[in-house]
Amino acid sequence: MARSNKPIVWGPFAAGGTLTAFLTPVLILLTLLAALGHVPDLLAYDRMHAFAAHWLVKVATVAVVFLSLWSAAHRLRITCYDLGVRADTLVAAIVYAIAVAASVAAAAYLLLI
Amino acid sequence: MSRKPYVRALRWEWLTRHPRYPRYLLRELSCLFIGGWTLMMVWGLARLAQGPEAWAAFLDALRSPASIVLQALALAFAVYHSVTWFNLTPKALPLQLGEDFVADRVISGAHFAVWGLLSLAVLLLAGAF
Amino acid sequence: MSERVVELEVLRYNPETDREPHFRRYSVPCREEWVVLDALNHVKENIDPTLSYRWSCHMAVCGSCGMMINREPKLACKSFLRDYQGVIRVEPLAHFPIERDLVTVIDDFVAKLKRVKPYLIPKQPKALEDGEYRQTPAQLKRYKQFTLCINCMLCYAACPEYGLIPKFIGPAALSLAHRYNQDSRDGGREERQQEIAATEGVWECAFVGACSEVCPEHVDPAAALQQVKIKSTVDWYLEHAMPWLNK
Ligand code: FES
Repeated sequence: MARSNKPIVWGPFAAGGTLTAFLTPVLILLTLLAALGHVPDLLAYDRMHAFAAHWLVKVATVAVVFLSLWSAAHRLRITCYDLGVRADTLVAAIVYAIAVAASVAAAAYLLLI
Repeated sequence: MSRKPYVRALRWEWLTRHPRYPRYLLRELSCLFIGGWTLMMVWGLARLAQGPEAWAAFLDALRSPASIVLQALALAFAVYHSVTWFNLTPKALPLQLGEDFVADRVISGAHFAVWGLLSLAVLLLAGAF
Repeated sequence: MSERVVELEVLRYNPETDREPHFRRYSVPCREEWVVLDALNHVKENIDPTLSYRWSCHMAVCGSCGMMINREPKLACKSFLRDYQGVIRVEPLAHFPIERDLVTVIDDFVAKLKRVKPYLIPKQPKALEDGEYRQTPAQLKRYKQFTLCINCMLCYAACPEYGLIPKFIGPAALSLAHRYNQDSRDGGREERQQEIAATEGVWECAFVGACSEVCPEHVDPAAALQQVKIKSTVDWYLEHAMPWLNK
């Protein structure tokens, strides 16, 4: 039996799981507040634009987006298997590709800011 | 005596055996909401890059009833993910100081405290109040 | 001593005559302090001598009386009738093939147990006259909890991943491997990693956590498996992402 390369996909899953546990609820709360009409100051265009223009924020944002999406993708892959979808390789390819593509897109949008 | 072992095939039956299994599924399904909301934010970045009108339209779109319901659900699932994640952390990362292991609830508790403080800090820095 | 008639519904399967298993119901006059195993013994002695099941110690140490009781993996000798109301459903442990009645085929588990080398592989073999391998209380505590496994296989019956992926090495065997890896006297981790860090080793675990909930000895296999995952991941990144660290 050979040792598996699963750590490649599991490492970012565990990191993303931890990151989203700490960060995602409060971020959702911010957009929910905005949606309910109580827009946090940061979400005003000028401030948001200036904030996202900083290179450190860009790097951090791409990291957060990638890790969040990757851990979600990994969980979805396993849940599909649990629920009886046996085409694991196909499912894995699709969900990981979405995570990577969206992260690349986020990086590209940030470069335009 | 002839052997003829009987194999019971497993599909979904396990989900109904005990409440812990649907609870596990619920925990895993939090990924749809966390992932979905993150994709929405990537869309937000695109709108931000397009200028003030696009950004205003994005914030407007957030206000639709469907979006509010989805975000409320996403928040509930995200909190559920955090709670389950921190409750399980001591199992993955036990800490032995000297002879004894630090109690699970101390490790979890520390994570919950950091989570709370961090969330508060983000709310303050973002000018939510 | 008060008595109560308990309705037992037992899954029966006779490989010589049955095409598939079926439930049979028994009304068993039971004493208040009985466990499910006592009720089964009463059936075998007084109602139906053909009923087959495994047991030995009647005190939760031998690990042979595992079965599904009301769809939950349990030791029959540790399941008190007073904790159950109504009909009690008894089935062979889930996820294992049925040999006969409540007796399962456990060859798969035994083979996996062997593969993970659950014994000390000394770091430096010592001659007998050199004395014992010494260990501090802290070093003992590091793995003590994982020594408590009685191989009852309840965790395999609780684990949906094992049910869905029979190749998965599974909670108990992986926890035992971890037990020896955590032992300061042991030097066999590299050998065990070949099995437990393989895809069908720890990587099929989705941290459902059911194994730890049903474990009658509180071994906490789920904890062991997560620790193995983290250590194996660290191994992998050290080996591949920082190759200059290798030798
Ligand atoms: S009979 Fe030995 S554990 Fe139940």
